[in-house]
Amino acid sequence: MRFEGRAWKFGDNIDTDVIIPARYLNTTDPRELAAHCMEDADPSFARAVQPGDIIVAGKNFGCGSSREHAPLAIKAAGVACVVARSFARIFYRNAFNIGLPILECPEAVDGIGNGDRVLVDAAAGLITNVTTGVTFRAEPVPPFMQEIISAGGLIDYVRKRVGSGARYGGG
Amino acid sequence: MGMTITEKILAAHAGRDAVRPGELISARIDIALGNDITAPLAIKEFEKIGVPVFDPERVVLVPDHFTPNKDIKSAEQAKIVRDFARKHTLTHYFEVGRMGIEHCLLPEQGLVVPGDVVIGADSHTCTCGALGAFATGIGSTDLAAAMALGETWFRVPPTIRFVYEGELRPWVGGKDLILHTIGQIGVEGARYCAMEFTGPVIAGLDMDGRFTMANMAVEAGAKNGIIPPDAVTEAYVRARARRPYRLYAGDPDASYLEVYTFDVSNLEPQVAFPHSPANVRPVWEAREVRIDQAVIGSCTNGRLGDLRLAARVLAGKKVHPDVRLIIIPGTQEIYRQALEEGLLSIFLAAGAAVSTPTCGPCLGGHMGILAAGERAVATTNRNFVGRMGHPASEVYLANPAVAAASAVAGRIAHPEEVI
Ligand code: SF4
Repeated sequence: MRFEGRAWKFGDNIDTDVIIPARYLNTTDPRELAAHCMEDADPSFARAVQPGDIIVAGKNFGCGSSREHAPLAIKAAGVACVVARSFARIFYRNAFNIGLPILECPEAVDGIGNGDRVLVDAAAGLITNVTTGVTFRAEPVPPFMQEIISAGGLIDYVRKRVGSGARYGGG
Repeated sequence: MGMTITEKILAAHAGRDAVRPGELISARIDIALGNDITAPLAIKEFEKIGVPVFDPERVVLVPDHFTPNKDIKSAEQAKIVRDFARKHTLTHYFEVGRMGIEHCLLPEQGLVVPGDVVIGADSHTCTCGALGAFATGIGSTDLAAAMALGETWFRVPPTIRFVYEGELRPWVGGKDLILHTIGQIGVEGARYCAMEFTGPVIAGLDMDGRFTMANMAVEAGAKNGIIPPDAVTEAYVRARARRPYRLYAGDPDASYLEVYTFDVSNLEPQVAFPHSPANVRPVWEAREVRIDQAVIGSCTNGRLGDLRLAARVLAGKKVHPDVRLIIIPGTQEIYRQALEEGLLSIFLAAGAAVSTPTCGPCLGGHMGILAAGERAVATTNRNFVGRMGHPASEVYLANPAVAAASAVAGRIAHPEEVI
């Protein structure tokens, strides 16, 4: 899982109402959701973002509602990965469940400016600011989350479990 | 070493003697909840698994957000939920006219009982923690998996304990306690943690006030909010519970990540300024804020106790000419009781609009959207940018008495100023 793109910087506590305002939640169509992604924070984002771009944000990214439409909108907008100082917990679960790679790395957030070119190796947890040449190491993804990702997301993971009659890895 | 109430409930549902914060566990769930926004996505994912729901009595679907259907797209989302409920013969699907806001409805209908593990594809599922249950929000795909398996995974959260001491002033209640708390610790002050609310002030709160507190735990980033059950809890639950329940208590030697003790004797009604629930000030500092709209309702403050408070302020008063006051009872039952008690007459005489239960304006869905530059005082739980409408509108969060007083004054006001 390697991505390279432009960094879009956002601040702390970016909530799910900013990521995808509730007024657009009368649909689950990812393309429609993507068209309004981050609209209330940066109205130009949805039009300007390119496939492979990376969101770099402050602490508590994705706080607020449980709407999975938020990571879906980000993914469908073409964003390859979100790097943040920290994530709100439901957003964290949702992102893994739908296969949007996310990395916690406060140093990278400090060391990446808006518009910088960024290279991310999600499996290795390495984030490189291509513009400045500096590489950062992110918090490793918990092994259980890696299991879900390698199964192809939560639903495929569950299908395997249903087939084998086993319970979740944790207990 | 002992366990907190949250740890004990999770251990029991994981089939374990003990669990520790940080552990990943798989836990049996008692109730899985979805609504008209989150369930359609869950249903799409669920159908890919190709199994029946784990228990048609334990999957609860409540179309409450954009209902009564606000437009064609919403009608289609609601229909997906309705069709699914029929196909899987779900016992607890609630149709318009019989429904309510999910987090008001489930406790009221006795569907959630003390000791439960409840997950819901709605972040305010944490409301049910007021019953002494473990209740937390998850996403749609999580809900899909849980509907199939009857279990889900959790990382056991560390618990932060909040002890409230002193005696509350008049017009100060659960909303003010939780706003004050969030103001103190910030919107990520309890991220990934359990918030346990205790102390003599909590013991003196009725269930409505307790639901308000647990409801907003997520606004501090918490995984769950929980109030150890007592006689007040039992009195509420006894008449409603549809299943046997169990009252858990934390061990005296349980360990807490942190303990905060607040003396709240001097606490004034609190107001959260835009655009963060942690941007909290005493109501007196908000007196210059002119408002265009006041909303009383939501899963935070749409219960009977909240409506009674509003009625005490509004009795014999008129809503300010420049203000729209919108009152939304949380459930059909609350609506009916408010009618029988004469509260609705008071509201109508004051010049308020009273709606059938719905989330409505709380999330900027319908039933009272704000234009650019407009301001609302609301008893809801979030005042994020654009939450109630235009991104250039503003929401101030307050308790129902303050919202009612503000509707009369035309600006944010302490109830004493108008009564
Ligand atoms: S009332 Fe508001 S916060 Fe509560 S469930 Fe509905 S939209 Fe969410």
